[in-house]
Amino acid sequence: MATGTEPPATDPHKLRGGVRTGTRAAIDAPHLRTDRWWLAPAATAAGLLAFIVYSTWRAFANAYYYAAPYVSPFYSPCLADSCEPMRHGPNWDLFGGWWGISPAIIILIFPLGFRLTCYYYRKAYYRGFWASPPACAVAEPHKKYSGETRFPLVLQNIHRYFFYAAIAVAGILTYDTVLAFRDEHYAWGHMGLGTLVFLVNIALIWAYTVSCHSCRHIVGGKLKHFSKHPVRYRAWQFVGKLNARHMQLAWASLVSVALADFYVFLVASGAFDDPRFF
Amino acid sequence: MSVVDRQEWDVVVVGAGGAGLRAAIEARERGARTAVICKSLFGKAHTVMAEGGIAAAMANANEHDNWQVHFRDTMRGGKFLNQWRMAELHAQEAPDRVWELETWGALFDRTKDGRISQRNFGGHEYPRLAHVGDRTGLELIRTLQQKIVSLQQEDFKETGDYESRLKVYQECTVTRVLKDGRRVSGVFAYDRETGRFLVLEAPAVVIATGGIGKSFKVTSNSWEYTGDGHALALLAGAPLLNMEFVQFHPTGMIWPPSVKGLLVTESVRGDGGVLRNSEGKRFMFDYVPDVFKEKYAESEEEGDRWYEDPDNNRRPPELLPRDEVARAINSEVKAGRGSPHGGVFLDVSTRMPAEVIKRRLPSMYHQFKELADVDITAEPMEVGPTCHYVMGGIAVESDTAAARGVPGLFAAGEVAGGMHGSNRLGGNSLSDLLVFGRRAGWHAAEYATGLAADRPPVDDVQVDTAAAEALRPFSAEGPAPGEPKEADGRPPENPYTLHQELQQAMNDLVGIIRREAEMEQALEKLADLRVRARRAGVEGHRQFNPGWHLALDLRNMLLVSECVARAALERTESRGGHTREDHPGMDRKWRRINLLCGLTDPTGGLAATDPVHGQIDLVRETTEPVRADLLALFDKEELVKYLAEEELYE
Amino acid sequence: MSGYTAHFKVWRGDVKGGDLEDFKVEVNDGEVVLDIIHRLQATQAPDLAVRWNCKAGKCGSCSAEINGRPRLMCMTRMSVFTREETITVTPLRAFPVVRDLVTDVGFNYTKAREVPAFVPPSDLGPGEYRMMQEDVDRSQEFRKCIECFLCQDTCHVVRDHEENKTAFAGPRFLMRVAELDMHPLDAAAEDGLDRKKTAQDEHGLGYCNITKCCTEVCPEGIKITDNALIPLKERAVDRKYDPIVWLGNKIMRRSSSG
Repeated sequence: MATGTEPPATDPHKLRGGVRTGTRAAIDAPHLRTDRWWLAPAATAAGLLAFIVYSTWRAFANAYYYAAPYVSPFYSPCLADSCEPMRHGPNWDLFGGWWGISPAIIILIFPLGFRLTCYYYRKAYYRGFWASPPACAVAEPHKKYSGETRFPLVLQNIHRYFFYAAIAVAGILTYDTVLAFRDEHYAWGHMGLGTLVFLVNIALIWAYTVSCHSCRHIVGGKLKHFSKHPVRYRAWQFVGKLNARHMQLAWASLVSVALADFYVFLVASGAFDDPRFF
Repeated sequence: MSVVDRQEWDVVVVGAGGAGLRAAIEARERGARTAVICKSLFGKAHTVMAEGGIAAAMANANEHDNWQVHFRDTMRGGKFLNQWRMAELHAQEAPDRVWELETWGALFDRTKDGRISQRNFGGHEYPRLAHVGDRTGLELIRTLQQKIVSLQQEDFKETGDYESRLKVYQECTVTRVLKDGRRVSGVFAYDRETGRFLVLEAPAVVIATGGIGKSFKVTSNSWEYTGDGHALALLAGAPLLNMEFVQFHPTGMIWPPSVKGLLVTESVRGDGGVLRNSEGKRFMFDYVPDVFKEKYAESEEEGDRWYEDPDNNRRPPELLPRDEVARAINSEVKAGRGSPHGGVFLDVSTRMPAEVIKRRLPSMYHQFKELADVDITAEPMEVGPTCHYVMGGIAVESDTAAARGVPGLFAAGEVAGGMHGSNRLGGNSLSDLLVFGRRAGWHAAEYATGLAADRPPVDDVQVDTAAAEALRPFSAEGPAPGEPKEADGRPPENPYTLHQELQQAMNDLVGIIRREAEMEQALEKLADLRVRARRAGVEGHRQFNPGWHLALDLRNMLLVSECVARAALERTESRGGHTREDHPGMDRKWRRINLLCGLTDPTGGLAATDPVHGQIDLVRETTEPVRADLLALFDKEELVKYLAEEELYE
Repeated sequence: MSGYTAHFKVWRGDVKGGDLEDFKVEVNDGEVVLDIIHRLQATQAPDLAVRWNCKAGKCGSCSAEINGRPRLMCMTRMSVFTREETITVTPLRAFPVVRDLVTDVGFNYTKAREVPAFVPPSDLGPGEYRMMQEDVDRSQEFRKCIECFLCQDTCHVVRDHEENKTAFAGPRFLMRVAELDMHPLDAAAEDGLDRKKTAQDEHGLGYCNITKCCTEVCPEGIKITDNALIPLKERAVDRKYDPIVWLGNKIMRRSSSG
């Protein structure tokens, strides 16, 4: 009939909500998908869970995070009095002696916040942990939904501040990677397997950070006329290309940062000896 | 009798494609309360299928272009059978209509200096088609749709009701135009969703229902193209003009069978694609007709140079008007040089880098990839002719788009005849919709306002008759009133079967190449189908019942098919979209002859079942001579090829 | 490959109720699901209601759910299924059903009306518009939309929560807001309309939790989430949640429309 539709007459007895709302096609199944739709959210949840377990253990361990010249990315910069001394390393005692627990907690809040508010990770955990929705066209189990309109989820909008912080953190990790070109006696001009691990990790961290949707907006996405800002347009195009791989970079950098930390753990705990290339 | 919902409007537009929406916008902006009725959802009209672009001499790509050149191309393309005044208005007004779309939010592809980019197309001397990739029709329909919404938003601000002055009745089909004897008084329609009837009372009705392609088996047209508007006008007493001219687009998909006929845009050739036969030869060089000899390249090298340097080279013959290309492909296939599935090869893969193809022809890439597993950046497409467009249509006054003989009836777009003569150039369709859609809306609004209180009343008897006609398929077992006794007791016919038989008959017997005997056979088949269609029965009820809808559409398809067959039999020459194997040449004597189809029974009754007389009468009419200043745009030598002796000396 | 007989389950019924009906139907080489539905109409169920038009993936009429996934019937080739598989076809499950595979998509037309139209610049007449290709690219991507409403159907915000339909415009119409906000000549701001702000306040952008189902089902391959919704969210942040930008605008009195 006409393009404007009056609200459909509903039979209140049949109102059950969602896809089973009375006026919709009467199909009882919450979904009719026949493929393995649960695989992706399950894998996501498992992957994220594994990282959470590992990182929680390492963050609270407060041990084996420094093996000269390598500092675990979980503990960099190290801002408490209790930090292990690292010559020229990123340990600046800003917090003094009152900080009792692991110094990792101070700094991890930033990368954690960045990833927690990241547009990709949001999708991943909304689907994987919160089942909202578990997969496309699969009914979600919640009665009410207000999305990111209210506290606390409205706070997702501060993602860009975590992005600024993430730039600083990535800068410090870059510094750590430079320091990794020393040997265990702080002599310059050396490289070990750890240096390589750090190099790969920092490259992925930067790629993930720069591919961020907020970054894409800031460098050029907010503009109305690209033609008047050719440099920012090129920057936007570059970030856009990376942004298309944001999910892959999110996972790759998550794994690489855990591996970098684990490598430091192995070396610091003496389980493994860092092989030197030169 | 069923309760019929009645509403009053100033102007009713039947059809919500480019022409219908443009007419509605114009009528509403000129103060008429306007209703639009369409068979599909709002925004789904067949206009979305137009790919190449909108022809308008804006001279953005080549500064030499102007309306006179566009006019000339249009007349040549139509082999001088065009209503020249329409072609003139069209060429003059098209640029304004395109620019206006930009002010409504359309985003065309751009030139380097920020103007609207224009591309080459068959039959156009200069790059002239404003486009958006290969989805120009979608952009056009969406822009018009959004303009309608914006007018509704204005009305909402003023009156609190979005639909106070402009309303779209979607998924409704008009089955009759109502009259008070002489003048239009409204339309009778049914709502597809609920099956309910409604009458829109209005003194002015604009018909913009598009074409007739669904009467043919291999067609690029959607289900909507059942010739409704043509039939409505006929039944209302307005004549149809030159219905023998049906354009077969040279490049439709031919495989897989389920997409046979689906359009492959002419932009493929405009952007550099070439046609080859099974021997790998670019055969189009062998098919340049005499009238076009000076305008087209003679060697592949020259044709290839033209893309870069059009001022010093002639265009490749792949860009001849569509009728020439379609016939050439037909001949190649007949001569045994066709592709495996019975077409020829259209190749861009060896002509352009893959990413250029994907950028310039995204939906073609998508279409072949998804539907035929063919990667057009790596291999050639297989293509063949497909029924695409009807040049014939409702005979209208050139300036006002008013249908001849029925006050209050207007027509625009594909359903109107004359503008394109015997063959339409690519890109001229979208501009036609805009130019004459606007003119139809304008004059319909003016006519309706001019009547003031003297509006023709709707006749209740007509409403009841229309309702009874619409309900007949539900009681198809018994004989209909006035039908011979022997129909009694026979089982109802399946409308789907009837439709398939009609499509097959039209395709085989009144298709791209026509012969006298076959067309006579077609008329017999149509008479048989007409009798059977009166017993087309349906199951179920009136709510969204496709079987019922088809049963009702059959009436229109049969009427229109008969017009095509009869006119094609009458015209003993080959010209544009009408090719007679038994009369292969173009005959200058026929240039001035128009064939008008009218109903045999002027009361609109449809009982005639005799194949010889049928339901349609043909009248020959001699056209007005072309205005001298327009003729002066052509060289004498060229005119000699088209015009009859006596015309040349006038 | 030759023809075979496939097993279909098609939902038939109306708002009062209905059920999946079984059909055995012939399938030939190269066919799509819509061909099969048409064959059912022509041979077994002449009154089977289905919407379709172009049969080429250009008009967006034949949206349905095939094996539980929102898709266009004309673009779903039979070759993606095995011959043994039962293929289930139902109407879109986010909208009220009319009959069989036809649903009432009026929700979308209502939402379309709520998005203020393009505002033409007051100082430019027809023919005077100059826009650079790089400036129209973004909005052109969104204008590829064929309005099949599969994104609106799959979006859990309204699919699973009928009550959100009043507050949430859905991906298709949030994308329309983005399209207009990125249009190089849209003069809404000069008219006092801030699309960045109304996206959040009036069209319910905040409901979107960027789980990307709209992008997954889009038959035109439009990157709805990455290119329209997230940039729109960032633009809304500029207006509503970014104290620095807010302060900067206060001090510099500059508009962000560079």
